[in-house]
Amino acid sequence: MCGIVGLHLRNPELQPRLGELLTTMLCEMQDRGADSAGVAVYGDPRMSPPGRTTVSLLETGTDAATLGDAVAAALGGPADVLAVGETLLVSAEADEDALLTACRAAAPDALVAGFGADLAVLKGVGHPRALADGWDLAKAQGWQGVGHTRMATESAVDASGAHPYAVGPGQCMVHNGSFSNHATVRRELVRNGVRFDSQNDTEVGARFVAHQLAEGRDVETALKELCTTLDGFYTLLVSNRDSFAVLRDAIACKPAVIAETDDWVAMASEYRALADLPGVENARIWEPEPEVVYAWTR
Amino acid sequence: MDTLTSTTTSTTYDLGETPLREVNAALHAPGLSGDFVITGPAGAHNVACGLNAPVKVTVAGHVGYYAAGMNQQAEVVIEGNAGTGVAENMMSGSVVVTGNASQSAAATAHGGLLVVHGDASARCAISLKGADVVVGGNVGHNSAFMAQAGRLVVRGNAGHGLGDSLYETRIYVRGEVASLGADCVAKEMGPEHLEELTGLLKAAGYDDDPATYTRYGSARSLYHFHSDNVSAY
Repeated sequence: MCGIVGLHLRNPELQPRLGELLTTMLCEMQDRGADSAGVAVYGDPRMSPPGRTTVSLLETGTDAATLGDAVAAALGGPADVLAVGETLLVSAEADEDALLTACRAAAPDALVAGFGADLAVLKGVGHPRALADGWDLAKAQGWQGVGHTRMATESAVDASGAHPYAVGPGQCMVHNGSFSNHATVRRELVRNGVRFDSQNDTEVGARFVAHQLAEGRDVETALKELCTTLDGFYTLLVSNRDSFAVLRDAIACKPAVIAETDDWVAMASEYRALADLPGVENARIWEPEPEVVYAWTR
Repeated sequence: MDTLTSTTTSTTYDLGETPLREVNAALHAPGLSGDFVITGPAGAHNVACGLNAPVKVTVAGHVGYYAAGMNQQAEVVIEGNAGTGVAENMMSGSVVVTGNASQSAAATAHGGLLVVHGDASARCAISLKGADVVVGGNVGHNSAFMAQAGRLVVRGNAGHGLGDSLYETRIYVRGEVASLGADCVAKEMGPEHLEELTGLLKAAGYDDDPATYTRYGSARSLYHFHSDNVSAY
C-alpha cells in the first residue's frame, strides 16, 4: 500500500490552518503504511522564510549550530538552520545552486530531502502520528502541502527511502505503487549525469520528471513522458511551488480520490483522509481517470 | 377481527461515536428486523458488511472499501460515494449508491441488485457471477472482465476493454464503448432482451427507452476448447 495526501489552498484565509488540515489527512492514512512518513510544506514562513532559499537536510551527522557555521563559511554569507524533528532546514539569501553547494560542502554525507524557495520537506522513519507530532506539523502554515505514509516494498526502511522525493527546485513527488523498470531508467539517467540518493523506485520517477522539467518541458508533458517510459503501478502527486498535479497509470489499481471546492483542491488515496476538510460536504468529488494528468496552478 | 398495526422500528448508529465492529455486530444479530440508519461514515471501510436479514440500512455519507459486501437479503442505500468493492460478493438483496462508486463494484457478486446512480470506475462487475448491476453514469475500463452470469446495464459510456474474456453475463450500454475486450461482441436486441432491460431499468428507477441500448455478450470463442489449438496444450 502507501498513503498519499495533498492539499492545495485557494482561499488565503485557510493558510494558517494548512498544517492542522494536513496532519489530519496524513494521520488518517497511517494504516496504509507506518514504516516512514514525510511531508512537503509550501509557504511556511518559519520553516522556509520568504525571499530565501531553503534546503532540507537529513542525516547531517551534526547539530544545527555547527551546521549553520559550516554552511555560512562555505557560502561566504549568513545561513540560518532550524531543526524540525530529524530534519535540519538551512535557509539563506542565496540562489539554489550556491546554497546546495555550500550544504554539500558543510555536510558531504547528508541527504538532501528538498530545496527551493518556500519549500520545507520533513521526513523520517516511524509512525506517521509520532512524526507529525515531533514536527509540530499542526502549526505549519502555507498554501500547499503534500504527505506520504510508506509501507516499504522494494527498498530499505530508512530516511532515504521515505517520501516525498523533492529532487528538483521546489519540486516534490509522492507515489503509491511500484515502478517495475526503475533500474533501467535509473541507468539511463545516471548516464545523463543525474545523481541518486537511494535505491528507491520513486526516486527514479521523481528524477525522471525533474530531468524533463530541467530540459524545458512543462509538468503535463513531463508526466505524459513518464507514462510512456516508466512501467508499473502508480498514483502520483507531483507538486512544485505553484502547481499540484495527479497522475495514475493505465491500469489504475492504486486508489486516488480528488475533491475540489472554491477554497481548495485536495487529493488522497482514500476519501476518509478528506472527510474532515472544511466544506467537503459540498465538494466536487471524483476518481481520477487513468493516464489523465490533472493539474492546478496558483 | 383484530387490527394489526405494523410499526417499523428505526435505529440509528453514529460511526463517530460507536465503533464500526459494534455496529456491524449489531446488524448481524439473529432474527434482525426493522430499519437502520448509519451516520458519520466518513469514508470508513467495511460499513454494513455481511448482512443477512430482510432489513433496510441507510448509510448517510461517503463510505470506504467493501461497503455492503457479501450482502444477503438486506436493502442497503448509501447516500454518497462508495470506495473499492462496494457490494462485492453480494448474494441477494439490493445495494444502491446515490453517488459514484470506485473500482471493482459488485465484484464476484452472485445475486441481488447493485444500482450506482453516478459513475462506477474501473473493473465494475468484474467476475460477476449472477447479480444485476445498473450504473446511471459511466463505467471505467475492464468492466465485466471475465463476468460469468448476471446482467450489467450502463446508462452512460463504457471504458476500454469492456467484457474482456466474458462468459455469459449480458451487458447493455446506452452510450459509447471505448473498446471491447477480447471475445466481447455486440449482439442483436431481441424482444426478450428489450423486456429484460426494461425490467432492470425499472428496478433501478429509470425509464429509458431500451431500444436506445446496445447489447454485448460473449462470442464464446475463448472458453470452449478448440481442436485447432490442440498442439498448444
